[in-house]
Amino acid sequence: MTDQSSFESSPVSPVSRSFSFSSLLRSPASGAFMGFAVVFILFSIFGFGRNFLSVPGVTTWVNYASLVGIIAIPVGFLMISGELDISTGAVLPASTMTVAIVCGHYQMPIMVGIVAALSVGALIGFVNGYIVTHTQVPSFIVTLATLFAVAGLTLYLSIFFINNTNSFYNAPAFAKALLGGKFYGFNSSVFWWAGLVCVFVFFLHYSPKGSWVFALGGDQESARNAGIPVTKLKIGLFMLCSTATAFAGVLQVITFNSATSQANFGLIFNTIISVVVGGVLLTGGFGTVMGIVFGVLTLSIVTQAIGFTEIDRNLSFLIIGVMLLIAVLMNDTFRKLATSWSKPSKK
Amino acid sequence: MSAKQPILELRNVDKSFGPIDVLHEISIKVRAGEVLCLLGDNGAGKSTLIKTLAGVHQPTRGEFLMDGQPVTFGNPKEAQERGIATVHQFGGTYPLMSVGRNFFMGSEPTKGFGPFKYFDRAKANRIAVEEVQKMGITRITDGDRLVGGLSGGERQSLAIARAVYFGARVLILDEPTAALGVKQAAHVLRIVNEAKKRGLAVIFITHQVMHAMAVGDHFAVLIRGAIAADFRKGEKTREEIADLMAGGESMAELEANIEVYQQTHDGHVPQMSA
Ligand SMILES: Nc1ncnc2c1ncn2[C@@H]1O[C@H](COP(=O)(O)OP(=O)(O)OP(=O)(O)O)[C@@H](O)[C@H]1O
Ligand SMILES: [Mg+2]
Repeated sequence: MTDQSSFESSPVSPVSRSFSFSSLLRSPASGAFMGFAVVFILFSIFGFGRNFLSVPGVTTWVNYASLVGIIAIPVGFLMISGELDISTGAVLPASTMTVAIVCGHYQMPIMVGIVAALSVGALIGFVNGYIVTHTQVPSFIVTLATLFAVAGLTLYLSIFFINNTNSFYNAPAFAKALLGGKFYGFNSSVFWWAGLVCVFVFFLHYSPKGSWVFALGGDQESARNAGIPVTKLKIGLFMLCSTATAFAGVLQVITFNSATSQANFGLIFNTIISVVVGGVLLTGGFGTVMGIVFGVLTLSIVTQAIGFTEIDRNLSFLIIGVMLLIAVLMNDTFRKLATSWSKPSKK
Repeated sequence: MSAKQPILELRNVDKSFGPIDVLHEISIKVRAGEVLCLLGDNGAGKSTLIKTLAGVHQPTRGEFLMDGQPVTFGNPKEAQERGIATVHQFGGTYPLMSVGRNFFMGSEPTKGFGPFKYFDRAKANRIAVEEVQKMGITRITDGDRLVGGLSGGERQSLAIARAVYFGARVLILDEPTAALGVKQAAHVLRIVNEAKKRGLAVIFITHQVMHAMAVGDHFAVLIRGAIAADFRKGEKTREEIADLMAGGESMAELEANIEVYQQTHDGHVPQMSA
């Protein structure tokens, strides 16, 4: 019915494409960027004498941000679509142990281990998505259940296969270089994250399916009525989230040569805080990838780089708590700004 | 006229949600160039009926024919692909998304090839603004504006404009004029008449007798899920239609009751009670 692709060059109105300060301010990413800038400047001032701006200072929090960031962006997609995924805290160790057991203990090629770990992630995501879409149970409860189920299973199977809850694994040189190497202090994961950010930005903000994600969080009933495959899309987003988490696990085990089966509860908080500080509305329907990127960077500075400043280490949780509160309050303001905004009428 | 084959036809369709029977033995026909007005009290099953036609619900029993051929729509997309566009009673727009993205939700225009297809924002915005302005909403000039900043009637007009744009053969409107001002409602009625002239089949739900009489060629009255009356334009008077819309009770009687009440209660209108 619709002409899906047209080759006519549609006239682009110059106003809608030109840079404008107000359109920048309306973006939920701008709040996240300002928060990041404030934290970065403050830490630079207090960390000037303590190497905050040195190579080890910067790489510490950027390396950390890359692993959290690979997970936080799909967690953000789910939040935009009106869902929450907290099972990430168990998927990450499940993935690291899968690689360590398959490649370390059973000596299989690294590719087998990676595929196995990603499949474990995809499967957990499918289970999450299937239950959420086929029952009335909120995703918070569903993923809370899988969090514990997967965490327990990981511990049990680790003991069963290798009689240990931790394991070591040294990846072959090419895999190490590609997935766990270091370039000027930056881990490979930083470059993977950068690449994935580009793909995620394209998916959410430019591809037609990106609109559907927002529609799910905006009004799921209307989205279904508009012919959007709500169930498939939602299951797909849960699978993307768990698979991305598993990929972060692969990068982690190859970078640090070790795996643990302990559930990573901190990761759950860190991803959700990053997403909210990044300007995604808790109620769904609004958010940007770049906002989440700044949210992750801010959180990483505060938690990882505080040791490179004169600020007392113990204050880092306090700063995060205050930041989160400010972000939630600001997000509401940004949303109001965005909805009330209209292009200044041309005279 | 009635010799023409109906575009959509339901034969003895039932719809139940688990143990709740909502529609019983519904048989309706809609032909090209004809407006079918669905009338009925709140909860009569009008929205359920049109959701069945739109592919949101599947009939529990009975036949569903399009152009004389049996069809089943597994989901709304399949109905849309056959040229059936629906404006549902509630929702239909996403407040935190732009006018352009709202308009093309689920049928996005794209540029580029293969995995690099991207949303053609300029084209979407241009068409959306044009179509909404045709509905008489001239205040919308920017397709990037978020729908949350529009008034309820403007949002409704956007949803209608969208259906008119995508509805190739059948246009289904569930109480489209409920949120609209006098002028915009008149626009919608004119658009319904235009669609009819272009040869579309229109199904129109309303609680306003004047609106129904202004566009309807054919009327079907639902009472508690069953077709209670089925007649053509000119076969019933305004009063008779109003009575049927009130679920069979006489409007004159209802009005008389109100008058008696006012006389005994110092001119106060009775409070609506649950
Ligand atoms: N999904 C559902 N599950 C169970 N019952 C439903 C469902 N959808 C509708 N119903 C019931 O079907 C009946 C008819 O509802 P419907 O929305 O079709 O009425 P309507 O004629 O459109 O009313 P209104 O004029 O108020 O819009 C109602 O009693 C409603 O409770
Ligand atoms: Mg209704």
